[in-house]
Amino acid sequence: MDELKKTPLYEAHIALNGRMVDFGGWALPVQYSSIIDEHMAVRKAAGLFDVSHMGEVFVLGSDAFEYIQKLVTNDITTMTPGRCRYAVMCYDNGGAVDDVLIYKFADDRYMLVVNAANTAKDIDWMQAHTFGDVKIVNESPLWAQLALQGPRFADILNAAGYEGEIPAKNYTFTENNIVAGVKCLVSRTGYTGEDGVELYCAAEDGLKLHAAIMAAGKDFGLLPCGLGARDTLRFEASMPLYGHELSAELNPVECGLDFAIKFKKDFIGKEPLMQPKTRMRIGLKLVGKGIAREHCDVLMNGEKVGFTTSGGPAPALGGNYAMATVPADAPADARWAIEVRGRAIECERVELPFYKRA
Amino acid sequence: MIPNDRKYTRDHEWVKIEGSIAKLGITAHAAEALGDIVFVELPAVDKDVAIGDGYCVVESVKAVSNVYSSVSGKVVEVNEALDANPEKLNEDAYGQFIAAVEFTEVADNLMDAEAYEAFLAEQE
Repeated sequence: MDELKKTPLYEAHIALNGRMVDFGGWALPVQYSSIIDEHMAVRKAAGLFDVSHMGEVFVLGSDAFEYIQKLVTNDITTMTPGRCRYAVMCYDNGGAVDDVLIYKFADDRYMLVVNAANTAKDIDWMQAHTFGDVKIVNESPLWAQLALQGPRFADILNAAGYEGEIPAKNYTFTENNIVAGVKCLVSRTGYTGEDGVELYCAAEDGLKLHAAIMAAGKDFGLLPCGLGARDTLRFEASMPLYGHELSAELNPVECGLDFAIKFKKDFIGKEPLMQPKTRMRIGLKLVGKGIAREHCDVLMNGEKVGFTTSGGPAPALGGNYAMATVPADAPADARWAIEVRGRAIECERVELPFYKRA
Repeated sequence: MIPNDRKYTRDHEWVKIEGSIAKLGITAHAAEALGDIVFVELPAVDKDVAIGDGYCVVESVKAVSNVYSSVSGKVVEVNEALDANPEKLNEDAYGQFIAAVEFTEVADNLMDAEAYEAFLAEQE
């Protein structure tokens, strides 16, 4: 595993007995203790994730606003400094290049947080579409990023020593906070379906911040969490994962991301996305015994009509679920099943998200 | 501790011979490597199995794993308790068989406890 890229927190994972795996070229822990225990810690107390592999791409210049507005599906007109906004970057045919989280510092300074495995591809795409006064700067190697997620997150931040303002509203951020002596940008964001924050600090301060939060979280039930729980949590909360629910082949309309697509403005891929959609993302709960993973055939009234994009147990809800891509005109009273190893497992269609925090 | 009343495969399964019956299971190392086990797809009773056949699928939260038979014969009993409580395999892998097979033949490349322990040490 020596040839893999290491995040600034690599040593902490080893010290905490993380089970290291190759995740798109990065050495990251899939779990420390148990995926289910880590998942439940986030739902009931808190969990700490290393998400330093995510890409931080800055867009600078006097045309940064116009440029991003053209680049992504969501409308950034109403963004003021200190806000975050989810959006999708599309190809000309509407397929997704990536889904991104946009941070606005000023009209001429934004940060896009992109999926680790897509960073190089995204930057190529972004570079190829620049105009006017726009500069793309990849700062990914300079940053450590930690996600502290779960209902006790604020208690833990305060116990760690927090100087500054914890962002009060979802999808906002504050800068120049001092957390356990480390300067951090803190955003009220996450990928777990739970309340929490993501903290960005200088790469060289990452270990110090991680250790301080772990120590502060001891009395609050904090667990270090790996990629396994990150995936089960986002799955249970029915958040799309690039390469699964959303991809070059599955566009954001088919993924059901209408809240992040604004047809009142112009953006790359807009025309194809305005066509009536032929496929949609649905949720299925397995009624019969078994677990469906991704890429299983989905049967509607006994006929193969689609495929699963993610599937597995939902630890906090109990039971096994799947997200699937099926024809957009599927009738409400259709009978559903998923084929697993040649056996059709009966399912019930359920609302997305599977899990919604109270 | 690796029990010395049974034999082991390189795929981390165990087989315990009791008269004409072979009980099959997975080792603690296998259960640990899989993580939280959430589903065991038990074989049907009366199913014929041959040495090397995948006769059972064990699923953890993130992984799906085949379990292979080290005997040939007919399944005469399955551990129904694993249906409702698959996590028993994590808790006590050596105390939970998956299937009992009335066997005609046993694989000839099995390891005893000592050899399996050495094999595990090699894998580290």
